[in-house]
Amino acid sequence: MSGIPIGESPLSGNSLPGGNPGPEPAPRVMSLGGMAWRRFLRNPFAVAGLVVLLFFVIVALFARFIAPFDPARIDLLTSNLPFGSGAHILGTDELGRDIFSRLLYSSQVSLLVGFSVAFVSVFIGTLIGAVSGYFGGFVDTFFMRMVDVLNSVPLLFLNILMLAIFGSSFVLLICILALTSWMGVARLVRGTFLQLRETEYVEAAKALGTSDWRIITYHMIRNATAPIIVNATLMIGGAILSEAALSFLGLGIQPPQTSWGQMLSNAQAYMLTDPLQAVYPGLCILVVVLAVNFIGDGIQSAIDPRRKVRRPRRRWGH
Amino acid sequence: MAISIEDKSEGKAKKDGENVLLDVRNLKQYFPVKKGVLQQVVGQVKAVDGVSFRVFPGETLGLVGESGCGKTTTGRSILKLTEPTSGEIIYKGQHLEKLSPRGMRPFRREMQIIFQDPYSSLNPRMLVYDIISEPIKIHHLAEGKGVDKRVYELLDLVGLNRKHAKRYPHEFSGGQRQRIGVARALAVEPELVICDEPVSALDVSIQAQIINLLEDLQNELHLSYIFIAHDLSVVKHISDRVAVMYLGRIVEVAVSSALYAEPKHPYTQALLSAIPEPQVSGMKKQRILLQGDVPSPINPPAGCHFHTRCRFAQEVCSREVPALKDLGNGHLAACHLAK
Repeated sequence: MSGIPIGESPLSGNSLPGGNPGPEPAPRVMSLGGMAWRRFLRNPFAVAGLVVLLFFVIVALFARFIAPFDPARIDLLTSNLPFGSGAHILGTDELGRDIFSRLLYSSQVSLLVGFSVAFVSVFIGTLIGAVSGYFGGFVDTFFMRMVDVLNSVPLLFLNILMLAIFGSSFVLLICILALTSWMGVARLVRGTFLQLRETEYVEAAKALGTSDWRIITYHMIRNATAPIIVNATLMIGGAILSEAALSFLGLGIQPPQTSWGQMLSNAQAYMLTDPLQAVYPGLCILVVVLAVNFIGDGIQSAIDPRRKVRRPRRRWGH
Repeated sequence: MAISIEDKSEGKAKKDGENVLLDVRNLKQYFPVKKGVLQQVVGQVKAVDGVSFRVFPGETLGLVGESGCGKTTTGRSILKLTEPTSGEIIYKGQHLEKLSPRGMRPFRREMQIIFQDPYSSLNPRMLVYDIISEPIKIHHLAEGKGVDKRVYELLDLVGLNRKHAKRYPHEFSGGQRQRIGVARALAVEPELVICDEPVSALDVSIQAQIINLLEDLQNELHLSYIFIAHDLSVVKHISDRVAVMYLGRIVEVAVSSALYAEPKHPYTQALLSAIPEPQVSGMKKQRILLQGDVPSPINPPAGCHFHTRCRFAQEVCSREVPALKDLGNGHLAACHLAK
């Protein structure tokens, strides 16, 4: 089975009986991508997820124009204002910072972390998975045992440890999250490559003298894109959650920068007096992660309607 | 055992050595059988067990035998798609078996393969144009506009047209896909093409088209074929000489007409008697039915591999491996009893 067994049979409905290579072209068929897109659009959850995610992306991009206040501006005279206090729509926190503005700026951080961690870890995972699956043997054993080891370490503690040792800069946070989340992709890509390696078109490429590197990058990866894209999408959600958790613990994004996790952490102290302070960032995290997961599931069933949605292992295994 | 086979073919090769395109000597391809946690090798599948044959320029050598006898593996070992366990592969006087993948590259232009399954042999994500132009680009056979020209030439050669270039494989039928596979193989202007059951996945009506195409191309481009098949009538039609394989070894080689008219090896006799033929009423063809199954290639019988199922088996057959003997006119058979 190739990576994307889409549209085999119904599409090969071609022109001439007996497969005569006649001059008459087969009726123009829809491209594979077009078919998948149509199936995606028919899935209401996926479309809703896409709309919500796009909304948050736009908000993040234009945060500086939308936000009424500087998110780091401290004004102790107006601290702990409740919901709907004049210019401060959602109130202010204990230092008098505008919660609405902070939410907007936090979306930048969360989305940036989500997308870049997903991108980097998918890149690493694909590379390692591809090399393992293609070459097999010692290389495969080496990388797969590495995956096993990393998977058996409690990653939350590994992340905390590394951030504690190296300090918490934004770039470092992304690197550390990416370096501890590529294993699922590597496994998946390896599995796909083990299948693809045996296909005759790969053998044909070898027989033609195509180099190993070109076979991997040109012939095989394009047949493994579907599971990779699905995984990358679902991983965005996981990365956002991880960032939130680390920031909540005070190891992620540091003030004056802000993120949803950090806001949650601040709100903790005022749970009894002003619980809404925790609800706003919590709701944002929930909605974005849910949207991303719906999109991932939607893509999955759009490109491969026959296969059940396969979820990647949740980070930190709980 | 196999040494005697090698001696024989070497003796022959020296006589008309100049003219041999491909000389395969005592080729062996074993696959390890691994078991347990430690992946210990507990045995070997002797897929190809000492095969020797030669291919002359411009000829078609048919390679027949039932499923699992090692025909396909032989073809792939020659191209080093699997690394042969031992033996020699001599192409135009050059030993290929020792070459590294890099050293093999120039020979990739000379030897090509056409696969059995036209559905899995074309990358579903690549345009026909990319499939055919890739070998041209890899071997720098043309540049710029020359690539386009060459691709259209090749499509034309295999009976497709230039409109087909900008399509994906799934838009074609089996026969058309096989033509694309042929075009890809011919893109590097090879001299020897290994046809690995190129028609057995196709409809009977389309089989004839592809066979005719292969024959036309052979005449036009002076190709040599190793034609692997299990359909004896197809092989009879296209081959100049035919080699019959049983359980990893060649049991008989002869000019096509001679082999079909007068098979010397009991296995070939049984195989040929299994060809279905229209019956004239009253005349019943005698069919030789073999007893039992093909023995496992992990543990093949000693001596002649066929002795467990042979009607004429004698004591010597289970003891000594029969060499490929020349029975006159280049008709070789590996049987103690053949005359």
